[in-house]
Amino acid sequence: MRFAQRFLAPLSRSREISSDLAAVFRRPSRLASRSIRAGEREGRPPFFAISLLSTCVLAYEVLLTRLFSIELWHHFAYMIISAAMLGYGASGTLLTLLREKFLPRFGVVYVASAASLTLLMPVAFWLSQQIPFNPLELLWDPTQPFRLLAVYLLMMLPFFCGGLGIGLVFAYWGQQASRVYAYDILGAGVGSMMVIAVLFFISPARLLTVLSALALLAAAIAVIETRLRPRWLMELFLGLAVLALVLPAMSVHPSPYKDLSQALDIAGAQVVEERSSPLGEVTVVKNTRVPLRDAPGMSLNATTEPPAQLAVYVDGNGPSALTRFDGDLAPLAYLDQLTSALPYHLLEKPRVLVLGAGAGSDVLQALYHGSATIDAVELDPNVIALVRQRFRDYAGNLYDRPDVHAHEAEARGFVNASRERYDLIELALMDSFGTASAGLYGLSENYLYTVEATQAYLQRLEPGGMLAVTRWLTLPPRDALKLFATAIRALERSGVAAPGARLAMIRGWKTVTLLVKGSDFTARDVAELKAFCRARSFDLAWYPGMQASEANRYNQLARPYFFEGAIALLGPQRQEFMDRYKFYIEPATDDRPHFFRFFKWDAAAEMLSLRARGGMPLLDWSYPLLVATLLQAIAASALLILAPLAFSRCRRTLPHAPEAWYFLSIGLGFMFMEIAFIQKFVLFLSHPLYAVAVVLCAFLAFAGIGGWLAGRTQAANKVTLAVAAMVAISLGYLAFMPALFQALTHLPDVVKVIVSILLIAPLALCMGVPFPSGMARLSVSRRDAIPWAWAINGFASVVGAVLATLLAIHLGFSAVILLALLVYASAGIALGRFA
Amino acid sequence: MRLHFAVGAFIFFCSALPAHGAGFDSARHDMVQEVVADTADTAAYTGISALSPQVVAAMEKVERHRFLPFGMSSLAYLNRPLPIGHGQTISQPFIVALMSELMKVKPGDKVLEIGTGSGYQAAILAELTGSVYSIEIIEALGTEAGERLQELGYRNVHTKVGDGYYGWPEAAPFDAIMVTAAASHVPPPLIKQLKPGGRMVIPLGTQFMTQSLMLVEKQADGSVTSRQILPVSFVPLTGGH
Repeated sequence: MRFAQRFLAPLSRSREISSDLAAVFRRPSRLASRSIRAGEREGRPPFFAISLLSTCVLAYEVLLTRLFSIELWHHFAYMIISAAMLGYGASGTLLTLLREKFLPRFGVVYVASAASLTLLMPVAFWLSQQIPFNPLELLWDPTQPFRLLAVYLLMMLPFFCGGLGIGLVFAYWGQQASRVYAYDILGAGVGSMMVIAVLFFISPARLLTVLSALALLAAAIAVIETRLRPRWLMELFLGLAVLALVLPAMSVHPSPYKDLSQALDIAGAQVVEERSSPLGEVTVVKNTRVPLRDAPGMSLNATTEPPAQLAVYVDGNGPSALTRFDGDLAPLAYLDQLTSALPYHLLEKPRVLVLGAGAGSDVLQALYHGSATIDAVELDPNVIALVRQRFRDYAGNLYDRPDVHAHEAEARGFVNASRERYDLIELALMDSFGTASAGLYGLSENYLYTVEATQAYLQRLEPGGMLAVTRWLTLPPRDALKLFATAIRALERSGVAAPGARLAMIRGWKTVTLLVKGSDFTARDVAELKAFCRARSFDLAWYPGMQASEANRYNQLARPYFFEGAIALLGPQRQEFMDRYKFYIEPATDDRPHFFRFFKWDAAAEMLSLRARGGMPLLDWSYPLLVATLLQAIAASALLILAPLAFSRCRRTLPHAPEAWYFLSIGLGFMFMEIAFIQKFVLFLSHPLYAVAVVLCAFLAFAGIGGWLAGRTQAANKVTLAVAAMVAISLGYLAFMPALFQALTHLPDVVKVIVSILLIAPLALCMGVPFPSGMARLSVSRRDAIPWAWAINGFASVVGAVLATLLAIHLGFSAVILLALLVYASAGIALGRFA
Repeated sequence: MRLHFAVGAFIFFCSALPAHGAGFDSARHDMVQEVVADTADTAAYTGISALSPQVVAAMEKVERHRFLPFGMSSLAYLNRPLPIGHGQTISQPFIVALMSELMKVKPGDKVLEIGTGSGYQAAILAELTGSVYSIEIIEALGTEAGERLQELGYRNVHTKVGDGYYGWPEAAPFDAIMVTAAASHVPPPLIKQLKPGGRMVIPLGTQFMTQSLMLVEKQADGSVTSRQILPVSFVPLTGGH
């Protein structure tokens, strides 16, 4: 549960404050009187300082997801949220234990924690970059998990300082908690949303220094607000803030194994353009000595070469080629030698929609094959701007040709909103081969390859039109079979009785292309398809009526894996085949959109045993990483949040089982909801960063308000009511949210952000109720167990963030939400059994 | 970056256990035995029933620890890929052995390697034949590997830093070509520089993870066939049909 809420909770009713806080610290009478005196303190709480501090902490939390995307391959949102919770939890424990030392020195400790936050935000990130953590080596090198742990603990430190500062204000200014809380929430909300706005103008690395400057400003304001002496401290902090702003931004070092790092190491590489936005860092690399020649999986029979190209990287991943084009189609002949050229041989002058157009390779392919019109959809405006403005002449004015229409939009949103119909919808190969073959996206949500997405694409086809999806070839087959299974399910759901008649799949040595047709493939289609493959030595993996003898002819595998897989998936034993297959190839859905997750526990032991015997590529690193993160979250939070209490005087005041369960389950329930909603809203808000920022902000703010409201009502059954409302709202969302997202997905981003916040608000309001209500109950029955309630809840939050991600991958978001409801319901029962 | 490696090197240095002189020799022998056993295990999948004595001898002879960055020697004879800086790796010995075997290099063959890296693979090839040509695109790695190979006495290895796309036309055609540098496609000029009857081996995958080995064979008539070999005894299908 969010930190501020946890602190507000026991403080929300002024009458309860003294008793609650007194209970925390074993010497009730003395502390009670001290807390009562809090109401009589001179001056006012450091409202502005706490607001700024909250801004910094939340902005930092969201910013880290960007920084990790640049440094590594994944946004690691779950790990960062978990680290933040650990920092908050550990600072809460420290505050519990050292309260008597801290409160008399409120100003000093508060300013010190703000100043430490300033220092630690850049320093912790810098240090974490110095740790040679390489996820690719996770399974080779036994020291890697320790390096991961070090990164995690470093990430925790700034949140520890921020948490200490904020918690201290609540503890010291208990009487005015609700006003303190309002400023705190305001700051936090501004922080998480500000990140997105500011990232349009400055780079993430620069934002890190800006946040440091802001934290220094918070410290300077705190000096004034707490009337701390000496006053020159304020001038010092202000001076340092200015210094932080003028100092050069810290450089973010991407992993040397990322595509961009590798490209820059090549002799002659030169960065010719860099652009930054919340969607990613776009880098364009030119190399005249060793030019980029991007022709993914080109036929071995081809004698053509790609023309000059620039390499475009987003967050260091790629490249996507920006090909020199002067209107002459002849140099583009290489584009006819890729598996993705197949649909153009079955269609006459098609009207084409390219999803994920990037810098335009697939658009050029469509042009080369005489397409009538091309709609090119690309998410990142910076990438479109490269083709339209900066490299307009180089790209031959590609995105402003009369027959090409470039759209800045998210693919699913565009397809849902579009009323157009197309002869061909092409889903471009957007990730790089390296990341695909190393399983780097195993944890990522991807809403482009789900059953629902496929259905949506099919709905936009003209009669006889087709969807073409090209993926990297992985061996043993994974992506291709999962894609095939996804298409089958989408066709079945659309009412097609014999899906096999509408599917065709071919493979080269490096890519696989799947065609899904809006009607049955004709004999002419099949003849063209065979001729296309024969000329390029591509293998047939499936077409309606295919014989086994036609498979596995050119690029020979030990067995005709792809054809056999296709047959099995189309046959009556499909489910059995998928169950037995050693990779997870069940179709991805919007509820479980982890298309790149192929990990199965059943096969893990065998794969691990084959590790040294060439078996390493069978295991995606992302999944073991998630498990490692979960284990370290458990260990670290037990050690830093629970253990200190167990060794303090609190060891004699252990809570009873129902009390412990209550605070454990509402912590887990809260994180389950929050993480599930973040991942669910990636579809609606189009990007993980937007989802993290908006969902965090909404949950934090409205849970806080919910907690505050709970404090104002005397109703005995408020937890029961809140849980019942939660159940009703959640079930409603589970039923209607997909349709709602579909209907609203074409709206402008700002409107979608507001809709998201409105959707989350009622649920979060209810979720804010149980914590303060439980605390209030405890303060009556078992005051001295309150520190444990905090700590257990903190522990649950740390673990819950990671556990929710793991559960979502296996069970889906709906199941995680249902689980959260179940856990909340059990908490409701446990509350009735409090001593 | 430099600090990365300094820290990494320090950790590895601290973990250095055996390994000087005779220690290296016996560690290497053990590693080769492991590779030989692994090859037998995977025979049904790779089509290679056993490593040829020449490849085994080459693996026994070439000192892998000399191809690693300072401080990493102690890990040299583990059957795993290792980082060599610049985001590059020295391949897993098992994969090196398989690739060398697939090349079917005979004494007197002319061999081209695209992606010198540390130079280890070039050294193995140089044990199998009299002339090896190797090109590296990363300047620092290429220069270092060239000097290392010279120091180790491999006069039959010609190295250069540059673009491997167009092969080494002055020395073409080749009996075998190995492309260890990541490429989105097989450069047509390289296929051209392969002799009829020649073989080309391309590991596919990423650093630390070789997913499959592609063997391209040029027929007498100039046409090419290819085979993709999974270097692991893993059956993905369990009789589902």
